[in-house]
Amino acid sequence: MALTNDHTVKAFDEDLNRLRGLISEMGGRAEQALIQAMTALKQGDLELAAQVVRDDKKIDALEAEVEQLTVQTIALRAPMADDLREMIAALKIVSVVERIGDYGKNIAKRVALMDQTRSIEAIPVLMSMSNIVAELIHDALDSFAARDAELAVRVTVRDKNVDDFYNSIFRTLVTFMMENPKYISESAHLLFVAKNLERMGDHATNIAEMVYYVVTGEHMEERERGEQPEDGAAEQEQG
Amino acid sequence: MTQDDLTIADPKMRAEGVNVFYGDKQAINDVSIDVGTDLVTAFIGPSGCGKSTFLRSLNRMNDTVASAKVTGKIELDGEDIYAPSMDVVQLRARVGMVFQKPNPFPKSIYDNVGYGPRIHGLAPSKADLDVVVERALVRAGLWDEVKDRLHESGTALSGGQQQRLCIARAIAVDPEVILMDEPCSALDPIATAKIEELIHELRGKYAIVIVTHNMQQAARVSQRTAFFHLGTLVEYGKTTDIFTNPKQERTKDYITGRYG
Repeated sequence: MALTNDHTVKAFDEDLNRLRGLISEMGGRAEQALIQAMTALKQGDLELAAQVVRDDKKIDALEAEVEQLTVQTIALRAPMADDLREMIAALKIVSVVERIGDYGKNIAKRVALMDQTRSIEAIPVLMSMSNIVAELIHDALDSFAARDAELAVRVTVRDKNVDDFYNSIFRTLVTFMMENPKYISESAHLLFVAKNLERMGDHATNIAEMVYYVVTGEHMEERERGEQPEDGAAEQEQG
Repeated sequence: MTQDDLTIADPKMRAEGVNVFYGDKQAINDVSIDVGTDLVTAFIGPSGCGKSTFLRSLNRMNDTVASAKVTGKIELDGEDIYAPSMDVVQLRARVGMVFQKPNPFPKSIYDNVGYGPRIHGLAPSKADLDVVVERALVRAGLWDEVKDRLHESGTALSGGQQQRLCIARAIAVDPEVILMDEPCSALDPIATAKIEELIHELRGKYAIVIVTHNMQQAARVSQRTAFFHLGTLVEYGKTTDIFTNPKQERTKDYITGRYG
């Protein structure tokens, strides 16, 4: 996608650039919240976990700032066509990014509740899963910044890997719980962490779909998503 | 240019391969478009793109420009309006026009509206004319404001009222098509809103084509939008599509304010 030309009214471009900057910053913070929450989980770092919870307020504040700027720009500049689509997408994207931040915070809050679980074998797999999710979030927001519909499509395709990870971790943890009943509580927390990661991947996909709409004006076709994870229900029946 | 769902079943006017020249200079290049009665059609584009020239070719207003030459075909109800047998005066009664600046005759409000019906023989008696004048003023949304001073000069009205008077004058001869050439560009926002409301009211009774520089206005009043650039019809489509998802890069650059 070629870079778009400047608007005749330069102040409009300044507003758009500020909007894009705020969304990039917000996305960066949400991605960081995820990475730090998972690091805190792996290392049992309560201070880092507490910091993730505190930093979430900044994400919320950025969301409010983007909303305000978007409403103001729509009112004052009457954007059209791709500019209009970008405004609408910006509003939807920041509410999704805010949700991603909340999931990061949610994971961080669990760190204090499972101090004894570092040895559970699912943790390295969760780390791998979270790395992919962080990449998806990163790429989804990059695709927004670069107006890159192809990158957006690749994000939605790669979300399938996250779903596969989730299903695999679900099975692993259920088996682990059966074999180690004293770790049921911790394992349940880790199941929620996995579920949060899986939802974050879905949200990255949502962002990618909105980017696709901004760039092309069309809605992304029903993507190849494989089976929706339903808390491993299907696998459970088979087992 | 896609034609999906854009076909107008029973076009009131149909232009096909129209070229307009001013001397050696070609102002309009191979434009084809249909205009229907149920839809308001807006022509947009930068200054000098040919939208007004094309609008004027729809009721042969270009005839008044000595160097102007129109080729191609323009039909009104299937009848070639440039055929030698076409009565131009009659044509302009059927295809009325409202201009950028309100241009009432320096006569009474009543005479401004009654003049056309009288010379076209639409109102044989004074009583008939009274009915025609009142109906036109009511349709133009001006009746309540002027009914007690019909014999005051039309030029004494405010700009917005004058423009509605001009619309009443166009309506009075019972046209089939109304062409509007930037009808609100000299009006304040309230007067503009009244004209836009009027366009909305008149839709379905007359085929309406409006040229406007105000894209918000095109978006508000029309169902179809045609974007002209350098004498060509770049894109024609549903107004919602043109303003949310134009197919042509040039259309997008223009409506998003990136043109130039």
